[in-house]
Amino acid sequence: MKGILKLAYKLLVNDKAKFTALLVGITFAVFLMVQMTSMFAGVLNRASATVINTGATIWVMDPSVQTVANTIGMPDYILDAVRSMQGVKYAVPLYSGGALVKLPDGAYQSVTVLGLDDTSLLGRPELTEGKIESIYAENAFIVVHDAEFPKLESPHVGSEFELNDHRGVIVGIAKVPTFGLFGVPTLYTTYSRAIQYIPNPRYTTSYVLVEPKSSGDILKIKRQVEALGYRALTSDDFMQKISNFYKYQTGLGTNILLMTVISFIVGLSISGQTFYTFILENLEKFGALKAIGAKSRQLVAMILFQATFTALTGYGLGVGLCVFLIWLARLRLPDYAALVTFFNLALAFFMVLVIAGVSSYVGVRKVLQIEPFDIFRG
Amino acid sequence: MPKVAIKAECLVKWFGEGDAKTNAVREVSLEAYFGEMVYIVGPSGSGKTTLLSILSGILRPNSGSVQVDDVDIWGLGSDQLADFRLNKIGFVFQDYHLFPRLNTAENVAIPLILRRKDWDEAIREAVKYLDIVGLKGRAALPPVKLSGGEQQRVAIARALAGQPDILIMDEPTASLDGDTGQSIIKFVRSNVLNDSRCILVVTHDSRISEFASRILKMEDGRLTGAERMAA
Repeated sequence: MKGILKLAYKLLVNDKAKFTALLVGITFAVFLMVQMTSMFAGVLNRASATVINTGATIWVMDPSVQTVANTIGMPDYILDAVRSMQGVKYAVPLYSGGALVKLPDGAYQSVTVLGLDDTSLLGRPELTEGKIESIYAENAFIVVHDAEFPKLESPHVGSEFELNDHRGVIVGIAKVPTFGLFGVPTLYTTYSRAIQYIPNPRYTTSYVLVEPKSSGDILKIKRQVEALGYRALTSDDFMQKISNFYKYQTGLGTNILLMTVISFIVGLSISGQTFYTFILENLEKFGALKAIGAKSRQLVAMILFQATFTALTGYGLGVGLCVFLIWLARLRLPDYAALVTFFNLALAFFMVLVIAGVSSYVGVRKVLQIEPFDIFRG
Repeated sequence: MPKVAIKAECLVKWFGEGDAKTNAVREVSLEAYFGEMVYIVGPSGSGKTTLLSILSGILRPNSGSVQVDDVDIWGLGSDQLADFRLNKIGFVFQDYHLFPRLNTAENVAIPLILRRKDWDEAIREAVKYLDIVGLKGRAALPPVKLSGGEQQRVAIARALAGQPDILIMDEPTASLDGDTGQSIIKFVRSNVLNDSRCILVVTHDSRISEFASRILKMEDGRLTGAERMAA
């Protein structure tokens, strides 16, 4: 069989024009499919940045919360109620809100402020400069060194700014696993300072972060929180909820899905048509092979190999092109939200297999229909 | 007495049904022997290519039988029939049907590759057959770089590469000028035909008659006569 496949390989790649057209079609389709889904995955990942960076096991929130940025304050007693629940190891408040920072040059810049529990600092980021204890100092803030960092004029430890007429001082620079979606810098401070500096409605607790005694207690905690009229979600559930919001309630998911389907159809059309033409042009030759003594299964193997080889090569090139362009884009736009996930790769791979399957099915049908006698008849 | 290579009895083949029915081969019986070069001649549409296809295991007759080297080929299953063609028959098609995307040696190696021979070994063997037809130096060229006569010789080398007992040549001189056609057939007669091989040639080229052992005449699907040549 090895020789037959080499024969199929040579027949395919030596027809440079057709092979190039096939590769371009599949590469382009894969590139679009992976690019589209990667951008979407990037957006979803960024949308859950606070959940990922905080790392809490369970998030207690108002049932109307759709995304982590869309906070609805809860009364203080919720924290005490959760702390007293069965299965709770500990629970702390988290403040999440937006504010305007006045920079030394007089410019204003929106920021996201995360207020960490004063006692435990649960959810604190990893510092690259400064010490975490400095967060207790007067007017202290920690800034995240992400793509938005320059918007605060690239501060250093000791830099000052104003936040609602309060003096703010940078006491540490942090790094986080995931950058935010909304293009604003992130500042960390203590919960008490956050609610003191930022004007707030009556209720100030954005989330209660909970650590269960064991994983078996999660369901129990969820039920008890629900009985209070609030909702408890694990970090995975919360990210899924955020993801569902962007997928189904913003139109973003539908648009990406449409673009992915269009890419698939374009790839299928170009590759299917080109492969069909390739088979048609070689039909007499396949007939000659049949006359000489090639069995039908050998011809089918040749066609399947040609379709699969083209599909996999195109897949590799498409993924490579996508990764290269994301890399290139990040050189200019460090905040470019694109994430190539295994799911994206698997989805594109599946679609490429469908393209290869459909293309080879058409070819196989044609080749099996040709009678060697047609070769004699000319 | 030479051994019978092909024995056909009462072959009948028609195409279409009802008013569109065409009788291509009617009650044809023949014998061809090893060491013979048999021509089947006749006007266009007389059924000679259909007969050749039936004899070579390509086209199933409506009735009748064909025995090649004592094997009833139309009693074989499709895979066995493919193996039979691969191992017993060598084809030289009218339009050669060489693969333009393969080089000459690779074209000749095809029957060997279909027999699952290692690629490099098949190519080495193919070059030997190209040497036999005088084209060893052209092994690396694609067929389009060769003249019509050279392409015909490549097709012969490919047919010989399978070391067939029966060589089938369909209008081998149709695409060649007179001199080239004659030289090709002369070459086949003197270098390819031997006591353990039978060559069937379908042609309407009277200029190559002198190289035939026997000429079978066909008209309207029937064998109408036979002529034994002195050659």
